[in-house]
Amino acid sequence: MSAPLDIEGPTAPPRSNGELVFAEPWQSRAFGMAVGLHEAGAFTWPRFQAALIARIAAWESASAREEPYHYYLLWLGALEDVLIDLRVVSTDEVTARTEALAQRPAGHDHRHDHDHPHSH
Amino acid sequence: MTTTSGPGERLPAALRTEALEQLLTERGLIDPKAMDEIITTYETNVGPLNGARVVARAWTDPQYRRRLLEDGTAAVKELGFSGPQGEHIVVVENTATTHNVVVCTLCSCYPWPVLGLPPSWYKDPAYRARIVREPRAVLSEMGLELSDDVRITVRDSTSEVRWLVLPERPAGTGRLSEEELVPLVTRDAMVGVAKVKAP
Repeated sequence: MSAPLDIEGPTAPPRSNGELVFAEPWQSRAFGMAVGLHEAGAFTWPRFQAALIARIAAWESASAREEPYHYYLLWLGALEDVLIDLRVVSTDEVTARTEALAQRPAGHDHRHDHDHPHSH
Repeated sequence: MTTTSGPGERLPAALRTEALEQLLTERGLIDPKAMDEIITTYETNVGPLNGARVVARAWTDPQYRRRLLEDGTAAVKELGFSGPQGEHIVVVENTATTHNVVVCTLCSCYPWPVLGLPPSWYKDPAYRARIVREPRAVLSEMGLELSDDVRITVRDSTSEVRWLVLPERPAGTGRLSEEELVPLVTRDAMVGVAKVKAP
């Protein structure tokens, strides 16, 4: 047996058997956004889930799979699909804002507006 | 809608995620602080340790075991575990002759309150397709050799049923307490791609 873990206290590790829950911080934001929107009543979970299933099915049926399978990319796409369907955002405005963010001068390409840990 | 539209088209997904978060925040639809709390919860608090507590209780308390097999969601909630993706948890028991293994063939349905978020292999197209077609071979590749007389049932999780495996209690652990059993129970055993090993 390995050294005893603190399985009770606030420092208890997530028992994810050695795997990070999120590989990159943006994945955690995409996850938190979907769950947060759902909890705020923006959409039902089955609605998001159906969009995710559609994204995954589309990737799996694509004859030429140009992009490698990337779960959180499909997750993000599903979230956009639902929000566009609800007319909360449009593809164009998300793209425009993304391009605007990409124009930030070097050294300002990391977010500073949140105090959550970037531990990865 | 084409399959190539949206994220990943030209700019990094991180930027697109940030753009979406900004737009939604400006419209008052999300609160970044609330998002931080959700993320922290799943990064640090909710994980397979919860499920391990459920399994250890079921191994040591026959009444609880019966309730768990009858109504998984309610029995899990008894121990304080509930929340998103915790509805419709159905628990199936693995024995020396019957082995259940869980998959979500369509996406990534998984009982978050007891197992946390799924590992990457669970979401992978190869696992999702192959475990249905050739479970014995896939389990063998994952390190679990089952003899031919063990009957394997593949359980497909959906939004209506989220399966949780109650693993077989390993031989030689009869004298261990519930608390001593908890650390033995792994995520993989509760998905059904591994067995619990005696210490």
